[in-house]
Amino acid sequence: MVRWIAALVGLAFAGVLAIALVITVWGVASDSTPKIWTGAPKSAETEFHKHPRDAGLSSAGVFGKFDKQQLQRGFQVYKEVCSACHSLKYVAFRDLTGLGYSEGQVKAIAAGFDNIPSINPDTGEAATRKGVPADHFPLAFANDIAARAANNNAIPPDLSYMTRARHGGADYVYSLLTGYQDQPAALLKEFPEAKTPTGLHFNPYFANLNIAMPPPLKSEGQVQYSDGTKPTVDNMARDVAAFLVWTADPNLETRHQYGFMAVIFLLFSSLLAFGAYRNIWRDVKH
Amino acid sequence: MSFPWANHYEPKQPFMRWLDEKLPLPRLAYNAVGAGYPVPRNLNYFWNFGVLAGAALAIQIVTGIVLAMHYHSDAATAFSSINGTIMRDVNAGWFLRYAHANGASMFFIVVYIHIFRGLYYGSYKAPREMVWLLGVVIFLLMMATAFMGYVLPWGQMSFWGAQVITGFFSAIPGIGETIRVWLLGGYAPDDAALNRFFSLHYLLPFVIAAVIILHIWALHIPGSGNPTGVDVKGEQDTVPFHPYYTAKDGFGLGVFLLLFAALVFFFPDMLGHPDNYIAANPLQTPAHIVPEWYFWPFYAILRSFTSDFILPAKLWGVLAMFGSILLLFFLPWLDSSPIRSNNYRPKARTAFWVLVLDVLILGYCGGSPADPAYVIVAQVCSAYYFLHFLVILPWIARTERPVALPNSITEAVLAGKGGTSPAETALAH
Repeated sequence: MVRWIAALVGLAFAGVLAIALVITVWGVASDSTPKIWTGAPKSAETEFHKHPRDAGLSSAGVFGKFDKQQLQRGFQVYKEVCSACHSLKYVAFRDLTGLGYSEGQVKAIAAGFDNIPSINPDTGEAATRKGVPADHFPLAFANDIAARAANNNAIPPDLSYMTRARHGGADYVYSLLTGYQDQPAALLKEFPEAKTPTGLHFNPYFANLNIAMPPPLKSEGQVQYSDGTKPTVDNMARDVAAFLVWTADPNLETRHQYGFMAVIFLLFSSLLAFGAYRNIWRDVKH
Repeated sequence: MSFPWANHYEPKQPFMRWLDEKLPLPRLAYNAVGAGYPVPRNLNYFWNFGVLAGAALAIQIVTGIVLAMHYHSDAATAFSSINGTIMRDVNAGWFLRYAHANGASMFFIVVYIHIFRGLYYGSYKAPREMVWLLGVVIFLLMMATAFMGYVLPWGQMSFWGAQVITGFFSAIPGIGETIRVWLLGGYAPDDAALNRFFSLHYLLPFVIAAVIILHIWALHIPGSGNPTGVDVKGEQDTVPFHPYYTAKDGFGLGVFLLLFAALVFFFPDMLGHPDNYIAANPLQTPAHIVPEWYFWPFYAILRSFTSDFILPAKLWGVLAMFGSILLLFFLPWLDSSPIRSNNYRPKARTAFWVLVLDVLILGYCGGSPADPAYVIVAQVCSAYYFLHFLVILPWIARTERPVALPNSITEAVLAGKGGTSPAETALAH
């Protein structure tokens, strides 16, 4: 009885699936421009979107380590360029010792921010004060509405986790920052309706090709590096990508270090356990 | 129950004798997972995975309890309590978080191998039906726990996953939407949903632990199965669990922790989704909503039902998705073959390997965008999934001619075929 009912249920599911299958296949077959792998028809996005280029950062891979000099340069780019619009709200000034700054330097950096929201102790009114190491980076805009109003209706996302919140991570950030260009003639020829609207900017690394953010890194020397590195657009983009790997994953080096200790310990103890197992079983054929 | 030749617990120290009279807990452990539990001598490495699943649950409970000390179940601060506080400010918080998130994946990897071990070696058959039924209950509880746990970080995939999964209930005709709103405590996932998910996510692992105790209890009545599927005939067929299998499980645990450590320390994001590093935003739907990898095969089954036929497509999908797991409850009676191990069942073995491939392909389709090619492949594979359990396996059980079984475990062991693994059998044919 159970088996008869089961067979009926199984055949019912399989039958409905067969109907659905026929309809799906029919739908694909009767489509004038079938594109079986991407349900959507051919479009500028499916044809001209590019995968990120390798940023070649020292933090990549299981042996990855930060290049602190590079992190400091990237922090400088963030502070002088990105921070105008993008917040870094999960990062505190005290964390900056991770970039190789001393506590005194961190204090000075924090004090350089004079727009930390506070309350006037005499009047109780909203006020601002200088930063201390315990503070987090201040928000770029008071709230989302202010952010939208100032940015053509787009909210500049917080950058704390940017390199982990996008496919491609740091490579994506680096490619996006260096990827601004004019729309290819081939694109406009094939998809005239996909012309980048006014106020947006063409960037083949961005998911829908048209990004609200204007090119932030425009010319060599936009940031003056003090360590002799040439501030080309490419270098600035790579440095800020490296910095954002650190903001998103400040424990990367510790994690890798602990990882090697853990793996070596576990390899050794697994070998011992294997020896114990073979020893205990030596007289039992199995 | 135990075999008559099982070792007996004999406390030697006065304190242990005293304890044994008042509360025989050491005796219980001795008989359950000590020298007092005789186990077939021919178990292969696939029998390690029960203990490993228990270890995975223990790791989840320990890391989870500490994480809960720092976590806020509040829609406004949940994301920052994890990504701001736990990942950055709590001592080794990043380790606990990665261990818990990847621990869930390890738990499912181990349990899936454990389930397929059961399918291959007929562990669901008499006299172990109850062990199997309780196992399916554990699996369902695990899925509920994992789903609710994934919602807690309140990232984009958390929120939209909760939206999609609770949306299943709205497929129920008539009262579906009411049920969905009642379950969520609102029209969309928000504080009410987050708080109840946190509460249940903390409760269910202990329910799982309780059902695991029943699972082991039910297992100890007939005793463990073995790769030949032949019953234990005498003392020569078994060894005491301790030290023989505790030693073997110790080695298995080492390898398990090695893989786990590699994930946690070197690839902590490999099995996650980048969108969950973006705080939940009810106004912005991610381009592709996908559940965690361990739900992909079931998600593929859900999405395969694309056409209305008497019932709406969505209801078919939800029924099929739940049905694909619930049918496991009937497996002991669907497969009526008295032969347990697929090592001796050529046709059932072929069907088993097709099923393994089928589920892997379903998983791949479930993790991919719902493009026509993936939907078509998933439709074929979903149909096979149901036909396998509900039609093919019952039919094979009635018609197949099994290969000759060994007379006893010891005979098989002495012939070098005691612990034959699925791969060895497949390669030999």
